[in-house]
Amino acid sequence: MSTSKIEEKKQNKKVRIMRGALELFASKGFYNTTIPDIANALSMSAGNMYNYFKSKDVLAKEIIIFISKYLGERLKEINEKDINTKEKTKEIVKVYFETAKKHPEMIDYFLRVYLSNREVFKDGCEGITCVNDFVMEIMIYFEEGVKAGNLREQDFFSAFGLFMGYLGGMVFLKGENLLPKELDEYIEDISYNIYKALSI
Amino acid sequence: MKTKLLWLTSISCNGNAHSFLNYPYFEQFLKDFEFIYHPILTSTNSFEDVINDELECDVLILEGAISLEYKKFDEPVINLIDKYATKAKKIVTVGTCATFGGIFKNSGFAHTTGFHFDEDKPIHLFNCMKNKTICISGCPVHPQVLVDVLYSIRNNVKIKLDKFLRPMEYFAYTVHNGCTRNEYFEYKVDNHNFGKKEGCMFYEHGCKAPFTRGSCNKILWNEVNSKTRNGSPCFGCSEPSFPKTNLFKTKKNMGIPENLPLGVAKRVYLTIAGVTKAFKIKRFEEELF
Repeated sequence: MSTSKIEEKKQNKKVRIMRGALELFASKGFYNTTIPDIANALSMSAGNMYNYFKSKDVLAKEIIIFISKYLGERLKEINEKDINTKEKTKEIVKVYFETAKKHPEMIDYFLRVYLSNREVFKDGCEGITCVNDFVMEIMIYFEEGVKAGNLREQDFFSAFGLFMGYLGGMVFLKGENLLPKELDEYIEDISYNIYKALSI
Repeated sequence: MKTKLLWLTSISCNGNAHSFLNYPYFEQFLKDFEFIYHPILTSTNSFEDVINDELECDVLILEGAISLEYKKFDEPVINLIDKYATKAKKIVTVGTCATFGGIFKNSGFAHTTGFHFDEDKPIHLFNCMKNKTICISGCPVHPQVLVDVLYSIRNNVKIKLDKFLRPMEYFAYTVHNGCTRNEYFEYKVDNHNFGKKEGCMFYEHGCKAPFTRGSCNKILWNEVNSKTRNGSPCFGCSEPSFPKTNLFKTKKNMGIPENLPLGVAKRVYLTIAGVTKAFKIKRFEEELF
């Protein structure tokens, strides 16, 4: 087997482990889940697990990078579309809610693990380094919106907080079963609100 | 035999002629070159002679933007340029005005441009002379660069040029190259205060050095310093888009600089910025001495 094939196989296995771990974190909680629990759920030996992730902290960091890349790739596709800022806003809301519906464990991890347990991520995930792929696409969406004359120039984080805080809040409420309707039923109103708040 | 130079100014502030006077080895230079006409220096002929006669010259040096309307002593300067450009072996445009139009594009004369370019667009007026023109942009040009180019012409040394006919020896580099603030640039530290030695000025203070081509940090001014080393942002004076406004503030769109370092794609820039901004490096927060 060629080196690239071996690497590819290893990468696929890592993704399987991360997906398995994400599900366990969502159901049992991050601190209550151990590496042997994850290995067990995937019918692997704990020893073999350590061949892929040297510790739970390493796994935790790789998972957030994985999620950030997953969302980042989808946002990049939106950024590269020949549509206006208003339409892009709606598409981003749509992708975020779709991800929350299809992979609730991903957004759950982002909100409940990554943002709530900063001590796990203090070494190696400084600043936005581990969520760069995702944040970068939001930055580009903002920047292009300002350049096109659609969005108001302002500090990045004041705009980012408005956008992501809103979406995260809605997904959180959904996760707590406090929303009377499905997330996609809010797409229209929420994207309208965000665009209205950010536009000139 | 001395190389004969004719220095013609059109719509100009004479800034390049003045900057040229700072060349420290003028005596040596004048052993090899003769100004048959120069607007400031004593020269063999008067401007009247330049208008009325057909003087012999090897190199025509052009300073200032051109316009069909612009006259000196009732003589359209464009006619003089045409007369001497045809005869000269080489033409050298000195300054951003003569090269791209520069600040005198706002002079009020109709269709003011550079000799071969209107900002970054080529013009066709003197197209047939393109193959003997060398453009040195800058506001002003560095006297050493001009002298080097003139000696290269005198010694028949082939000069490699960029798309704006500028010598690559000086314009293949960005002004950022050689700046003493590069460490601050790398780690994205712009804690700059004017007059201080610390901090990069690209992120907040309007410095255009990472996307401006020129030799300011390769060949120092007055042999000692450059604008950016000294603590003033580069204004991008050698570029076709010069002059610009709001020179001391970096134009940003929601945190992303509108102009990125030359050839660096936005996602590449943001990835590196995201990483470096996450770290605080104590040494760069402190005064050097």
